[in-house]
Amino acid sequence: MAKSAPGGLAWLLDQRVLLSIAVLAVLPWLLPSKALAVNVLIYGVVVMGYNLLFGYTGLLSFGQAAFFGAGAYFTGIAIGRYGVPWFAAVTIAVLLSTCLAAVIGVVSTRTRGIYFSMVTLALAQLVYYVALQAASFTGGENGLRGFTVDRISLFGLSVNFLDPVNKYYVLMAFAALAMWFQSRILNSPFGAVIEAIRENEQRARACGYNVERCKLIVFMLSGAISSLGGCMLALHLSIVPLDILHYQTSGMIVMMVLLGGARSFFGPFVGAATFLILEDVISLWTPHWQIFVGAIFVLFVLFLPKGIWGTLLEGLPIRKARQ
Amino acid sequence: MSELLRAEGIGKRFGGFVALEDITVSFAAGQLTSIIGSNGAGKSTFFNILSGALTPSSGKLHFRGRELNGLPQHRFVHQGISRSYQITNIFPDLTVHENVRVAAQALTVSYDIWRNRTRLAELNARADTALDAVGLLGKRGELAKFLSHGQQRALEIAIALVSEPELLLLDEPTAGMGPEETKDMVALLERLADKRTVLLVEHKMKMVLGLSKRVVVLHHGRLLADGAPDEIRGNPEVRRVYLGQSEGYG
Repeated sequence: MAKSAPGGLAWLLDQRVLLSIAVLAVLPWLLPSKALAVNVLIYGVVVMGYNLLFGYTGLLSFGQAAFFGAGAYFTGIAIGRYGVPWFAAVTIAVLLSTCLAAVIGVVSTRTRGIYFSMVTLALAQLVYYVALQAASFTGGENGLRGFTVDRISLFGLSVNFLDPVNKYYVLMAFAALAMWFQSRILNSPFGAVIEAIRENEQRARACGYNVERCKLIVFMLSGAISSLGGCMLALHLSIVPLDILHYQTSGMIVMMVLLGGARSFFGPFVGAATFLILEDVISLWTPHWQIFVGAIFVLFVLFLPKGIWGTLLEGLPIRKARQ
Repeated sequence: MSELLRAEGIGKRFGGFVALEDITVSFAAGQLTSIIGSNGAGKSTFFNILSGALTPSSGKLHFRGRELNGLPQHRFVHQGISRSYQITNIFPDLTVHENVRVAAQALTVSYDIWRNRTRLAELNARADTALDAVGLLGKRGELAKFLSHGQQRALEIAIALVSEPELLLLDEPTAGMGPEETKDMVALLERLADKRTVLLVEHKMKMVLGLSKRVVVLHHGRLLADGAPDEIRGNPEVRRVYLGQSEGYG
């Protein structure tokens, strides 16, 4: 039986964007440092984009770092090399990253299962090596440097972006925009289509859907959202490390979504926070923190396959009967 | 009766294996036609070609006079051909209503991201009408995976039905059903056949001969016979290769 939601709880859960923003708004005061809170925001957005592809559509990509990195590099290059204002730089970066996602998606969404995963991994590594080799443009292995955003101005408002609290709330506005957009997709008829494709691709096709085209659109939307996380990282750090494009970053994104809960709206932020806190805490004790994080990850996969947030939500009387 | 679908010289090869050879048959609008044949006769291959899941190696398909060759499977639905599968094929983790609604929106609002899917009143109403037609309206809020086998088969028909196809292809809709569920399904098929063209693949001969206006018999990938149930029943060749050994005939 589907669980029926009590009216009040159902209404509250329908406000998932507002609830998520409310939680993120108090995050800097709950975590040990503002820098950690900023990282949770950034990786939360990247993983949220990935969740659209993996959690909601069922496509396991190992190449999401390409879009995270592309967003960061395009933002840095636009600001540092061409002197483009931050807002335009972010817009251009997201658009160019979406184009990159279209190119990678056209090739990869023609494949299925492990082949899809491998093609995304290979193409993302191609992007990594392009960034490594085009050193005059990207800074090569030293990363992209030479751009700084110290003030953020929009609609007559100007804030000091070097202040950690200001920085957090400015970046939270980006995260809020990404959450609103993702929620819009999930609530829409197209959201129903991607769920249908995840559930049963053959049936979706027999219903009249061009499954390949739908997958490509999701791939582009997912890349666009993750690239926004990259833009946030570039604004935050004022450098773009080459590692951001590496397959280890893609692996970390997969781990974060599984820790938080694939197919849950707020799970990516929970997964990012869990991973980054574990990294922060365990690396104080040992430089080999990955061994412990890896072991914890395995335990999660074995005993909490729906992730932290997914498991918590499962305990609530929510969902289907809402309609 | 006017011709709705025409298969002309349809052949299908899988490597060196010939699954279908030179099948020419047409299906009239507004009647229930069954395709029968022993295992390996080519029924499923033929059915998959008629629904666009397979492309024929030779021959042409015409639907309402328009050639379908070269169209991808999803476009067949847009032309007015919808199908169910031999093995239950639904969206198990969606509710019964969502299963049908997502099929209903395929022809109109597939890529829309600006509207709220639960507030599309016309689609919701169409989904409920299709569920009502198969007797599942009372289960609309339940997850599809929790339905009984018979209810899942009925749900699959509702999914196929909601696009209001001119031609409904049903692949063994009573497969795996007990006598009670089969009885309900037969009643449903009778209701469906009153309003649209239905093409049925089925093994239960008593049911086929009772329901169908016309029966097409395939044998070893070739067309063996084509006619009214009484003609098929009296055809010595059909009796020899198929009817004498089929389940439930008599």
